[in-house]
Amino acid sequence: MSDQAARPTSLLERSSYTARRHAAETRFRACGLGAILIGLAALTMLLASVLGPGLGAFRQTHIHLPIHLDAAALDKSGTRDPEVLKKVTTLGYGKVIDKALAEAVAQAGIAIEGLSDAEISGIISREAPAQLRRKVLANPGLIGETIPLSILADGRIDGYLKGRVTAATAALDSNVSPAQLQLADAMGERGLISLDLNAAFLTAPDASDQRPEAAGLGVAILGSAYMMLIVLALALPIGVAASIYLEEFAPKNRLTDLIEVNIANLAAVPSIVFGILGLAIFINVAGLPQSAPVVGGLVLTLMTLPTIIIATRASLKAVPPSIREAALGLGASRMQAVFHHVLPLAAPGILTGAILGLAQALGETAPLLLIGMVAFVREYPGAPPEGLFDPASALPVQIYNWTQRADPAFVERASGAIIVLLAFLLVMNAAAILLRRRFERRW
Amino acid sequence: MSRMTLTTSALAILAASAAAARDQVQVAGSSTVLPYATIVAELFGENFDFPTPVIESGGSSAGLKKFCEGVGENTVDIANASRRIKEAEIAACEAAGVSDIVEVRFGYDGIVFASDIVGESFAFTPADWYKALAAEILQDGKLVPNTATKWSDVNPDLPAQDIMAFVPGTKHGTREVFDLAVIEQGCKDSGAAAELERLGKDAGKLCTSLRTDGRAVEIDGDYTETLARIGSNTDGIGVFGLSFYENNTAKLRVATMNGVIPSAETIASGDYPVSRPLYFYVKQAHFDMVPGLKNYAEFFVSDDIAGPGGPLADYGLVPDPALAETQAKLADEAPMN
Repeated sequence: MSDQAARPTSLLERSSYTARRHAAETRFRACGLGAILIGLAALTMLLASVLGPGLGAFRQTHIHLPIHLDAAALDKSGTRDPEVLKKVTTLGYGKVIDKALAEAVAQAGIAIEGLSDAEISGIISREAPAQLRRKVLANPGLIGETIPLSILADGRIDGYLKGRVTAATAALDSNVSPAQLQLADAMGERGLISLDLNAAFLTAPDASDQRPEAAGLGVAILGSAYMMLIVLALALPIGVAASIYLEEFAPKNRLTDLIEVNIANLAAVPSIVFGILGLAIFINVAGLPQSAPVVGGLVLTLMTLPTIIIATRASLKAVPPSIREAALGLGASRMQAVFHHVLPLAAPGILTGAILGLAQALGETAPLLLIGMVAFVREYPGAPPEGLFDPASALPVQIYNWTQRADPAFVERASGAIIVLLAFLLVMNAAAILLRRRFERRW
Repeated sequence: MSRMTLTTSALAILAASAAAARDQVQVAGSSTVLPYATIVAELFGENFDFPTPVIESGGSSAGLKKFCEGVGENTVDIANASRRIKEAEIAACEAAGVSDIVEVRFGYDGIVFASDIVGESFAFTPADWYKALAAEILQDGKLVPNTATKWSDVNPDLPAQDIMAFVPGTKHGTREVFDLAVIEQGCKDSGAAAELERLGKDAGKLCTSLRTDGRAVEIDGDYTETLARIGSNTDGIGVFGLSFYENNTAKLRVATMNGVIPSAETIASGDYPVSRPLYFYVKQAHFDMVPGLKNYAEFFVSDDIAGPGGPLADYGLVPDPALAETQAKLADEAPMN
């Protein structure tokens, strides 16, 4: 009643009611804008915390040296027989590199007070001898010659060139001395040491705690790719077949209702449960090997199936019944109506669902924990199908492993790996959006 | 090829490769042993004709449980442990058919107490830790809740800094050593244990129950989590492995215990009181089944690797003075009795 009384007679005058409505709308808009700003701020913080320390992982410090492969040290027999050459361990190759570095430093006229021989060799990565040994074993003819080689620098020196380690922290750090940093500076001026692009980060296998500079994502990327292959090959056909049957052929009764509720339920089951199931069925009963991508792929398939089924059913439902009825009216069988008309129209939605399911599976760690994939794996798995049974790691697992390492250089590696994982997810999600935009039809 | 034969041949390939012999060693267990094991595995893969072993972590107990699942190619060959295997675990192994276990002790690990590098330095005794962290302490013959808020409350020689201790959670092997060598020891040293006995209380339980008012924070994650906690709360004092501390000396200030600075030397000599042996356990039945298993185990405890000056000692392992005995035991594949 009072509202009525307050209503003005003229349209030109703004009533208090209208003002209240406008104020309410302004408040609602501000709330929405605030929500988006909070979301954006969270995203910026996440990206900053990952990109800040992580971008360094894509560049790596190398030392450039002429190395004399002394036959007396590396091949005492003089036969160049690979089996005999293998007897010289990385320790022997380490000495060859230490000598080459000492000579190069002396030749360049670098003299730093209080720098011991051990400290000079300390700027070389422990991976370098292995790098050289692999090269020589692959080509024994190199022995006796002097070859130019770029070897990895120690993680602390790498950190110095990237600004993570400073003279102040080096003074406190038991693994690097300020004199070593001065040596790195002097070598940098003479072009003996430089920060280059680090392609090995994407191809090299994991490395132990003592060699953060050598650690890469090669095995993890392969393992993830194998698992995605299995998930795609199994979950897509099974999921689509199940949804077509449920949506187009199955009678609507209590049983199908029960199945429907169960599928929706499965989609919400915590992923670790699938890991427990995988351990019990695939490893303990079926006898499949530990740490293998095949088991990981099967577990992730189980996890992704509900997502794909739900997405597929939704896109089948979105196809108007008139299309089915028109096909049936023209004499098509039920199967023809589904495969010639309904499925092609639903395909963009199905593929989008499948890609989103895959992206979710790509980022999973928990189910892999119990089947032995959260592990230190250095050997590349073989080519499929046999390679599916070889041990491998996975991208999110590698991130998890690196965050637990003691050496601070692994923080950079872990953040770098997150960037790689985010890039993969971004590509997959962009593909899903693109598919939907380009091919989806609305009625 | 018809669809049917295609399916059968695909299944045959899968079955054949699953049945093919496993050619790499598989290891599970302690996250404290993990860095040492990865260093050895890496060197092993580099210098031998065998593939690099696969090493899982997840804690000593989880590793030993996995180890005791049975004998066969889809079970692990080695369990790493930062404590000795328990009787119950040996029985569980036995029940699953893992009867002959070779025990290998490869060195010692020190446990250190460290605070943020910018803070004060501390000189602790086990008694300080007991008095600061016990849930209930004795006062005039009566048990009262612990109300100490500053380290100077428990020992006037310590800085007046808030008590905030990050101790390992109960799933860690480190916690066992912490309880035994620090808290229980402190309980005895301060005379509280004897007093509790005299009053007819359960000294064993009362000594090791830590306060729950937020002064003693249990960390279930790894040392990296403890380090991050100290980074954000500079009053905090954390419990770390010696090797972790040695990799992070630029961020942490280590405290002395009974006036001794922790280092490989003081731990080997026994002057520094808080340390524990590290082990790995091998299934004897797997020596003939998995190529390279014996080579890996022997390489692990060889003088070049686990001895003084080797890569493990570089990383922070305290070499075992009785390494030769371990090597002999492993060469004979002698199981535990």
